[in-house]
Amino acid sequence: MSGQAAVTPFARPAPADPAPPEAGALSIRGVCKTYDPEGACVEALRDCSVEVRAGEFVAIVGPSGCGKSTLLNMIAGFDTVSAGSIELDGQVLASAGRPPQPGPDRVVVFQHGALFPWKTVLENVTYGPLRQKLLSRAQAEEKAVDLLHRCGGLDSVAGSYPAQLSSGMQRRVEIVRALMNDPKVLLLDEPFRAMDTVSKTTMHQHLLDMYRLCRKTIFFITHDLEEAIYLADTVIVMTTRPGMVKQVIPVGLARPRVPKMLYSQEYMRLKRAAAEGVHEEARKAFERGEREQA
Amino acid sequence: MLNIKNADNIADMRSRRFWMMWLGYLGAAALWYAAVKLLPLDSFRRLPDPVAVVTEWLSPSPTFGVSVFTAPYYKHILFSVYRATAAFLIATVLGVSLGICMGWSRSFHSFASALLGLLRPVPPLAWVPLAILIFAGAESAVIFVTFLVAFFATALNTLVGVRSIDPDYFRAAACLGATRKDVLIDVIIPGALPNIFTGLQIAMGAAWFSLAAGEMIAAQYGLGFLIMESYNLVQFPTIVIAMATLGLLGYLSSALIRALGNRLMRWREQAMGFGA
Repeated sequence: MSGQAAVTPFARPAPADPAPPEAGALSIRGVCKTYDPEGACVEALRDCSVEVRAGEFVAIVGPSGCGKSTLLNMIAGFDTVSAGSIELDGQVLASAGRPPQPGPDRVVVFQHGALFPWKTVLENVTYGPLRQKLLSRAQAEEKAVDLLHRCGGLDSVAGSYPAQLSSGMQRRVEIVRALMNDPKVLLLDEPFRAMDTVSKTTMHQHLLDMYRLCRKTIFFITHDLEEAIYLADTVIVMTTRPGMVKQVIPVGLARPRVPKMLYSQEYMRLKRAAAEGVHEEARKAFERGEREQA
Repeated sequence: MLNIKNADNIADMRSRRFWMMWLGYLGAAALWYAAVKLLPLDSFRRLPDPVAVVTEWLSPSPTFGVSVFTAPYYKHILFSVYRATAAFLIATVLGVSLGICMGWSRSFHSFASALLGLLRPVPPLAWVPLAILIFAGAESAVIFVTFLVAFFATALNTLVGVRSIDPDYFRAAACLGATRKDVLIDVIIPGALPNIFTGLQIAMGAAWFSLAAGEMIAAQYGLGFLIMESYNLVQFPTIVIAMATLGLLGYLSSALIRALGNRLMRWREQAMGFGA
């Protein structure tokens, strides 16, 4: 593991920002989701509508159980839609009665990490292009090493197994694995939830660097309002269950984002604008939880 | 410097473990010797003491015809090893396949679990008469009985292994464009491997147990047969020689499975910091 200590994040100057992508526009229209386990009708989402531009970084904030992950799972093709539709660049991904269909155009980075522990970092990262037969092994490995290098010098751990890496490195490798497939949308399900504040701050910079590098549409689920404002172009606040869109907050902070923006007046204004709604929903969720426990 | 100290500590620990192990063996031999030679119990007096067994085992001209220098000894070993290996390999192929299918498909699980749940509690030796009738001969019957116990252990552990794979790995594979075949090869088999090898270790131990019992009842050669024949002919040292040989073979086969498992699951060793 000595090699890992030598890794210097952002060792190389970032290349020029790529042009905004033409693909990756996501339309979520009137989406509802009702679970019916053993007759107990649970409405997870109600009439949820969100428009995401190609290349936009959207963060979804809301209390636990508000349906954020349900929405992400429906976009990813892991779950069905009860009503409404989800479209990607005009193509229907999900609608009522349609079986869920995951695909490499929407890659998920999971909350608890889902790197295959039995594969090395390089094998994990090249998995998608090789399984889809997009690249030869040599091409995939060359691309993977290059991308790993550009994402904070991760190429030095290409031969390691995931369990040998820190949780931050694992999460970055997982994002690189997603980017290797050249997806239209990157779906991040609270990827930094279990991290301490210092690691989280570092990971934010890594994610912003990766976003600048690839310019993909990002759908980012989080509990953390500050994180959402700092990273995203648009923050969507959701209500407690049944999840609905409560507030859409465009973030006017310039890119590239740097930590000193966390103390800017604009950042504080946005935080104030969103905090009231988020806290109100958190309080409702807490009270509902107490009622259900009683 | 720290590494050298750690290496010294590990070497010390291994050396200590080695001596403790031999102390255990010697203690067991001493207890055995004392039970046979010193205790005033007639039933124990009839048993051979460790010195008599080792002398017989290593004798070029053994009193009862079986030692490391005689051909019949190896013939019995070969028969037992052949039966255990055949049964174990068939059990591995069928047990792992069944476990994977049951873990993978809910409908297949519903279909197979009832039958498995019904047959598993039947003691393997209860199958011997039916097995002799079905396979028309003792040889296949002994292999079948040995196979049965190994099969159940392998199938159930494989099923648990498949069921315990984190669902996010399946989702991740689907996101990355994996087909059902890819999921089987890249997620299910490696994900279940730790449990499969636990099952194989249990299966191997159970196979030797069942084999010896089967050979006692229905075989003409093999270590189980040798034990029973020696008992009937009052050749008590040979019984212990066959028992010890079974123990050694069981230990070696388990070590072989462990080594194969470690090789196939290097990622676990590396993750735990044992790898190179």
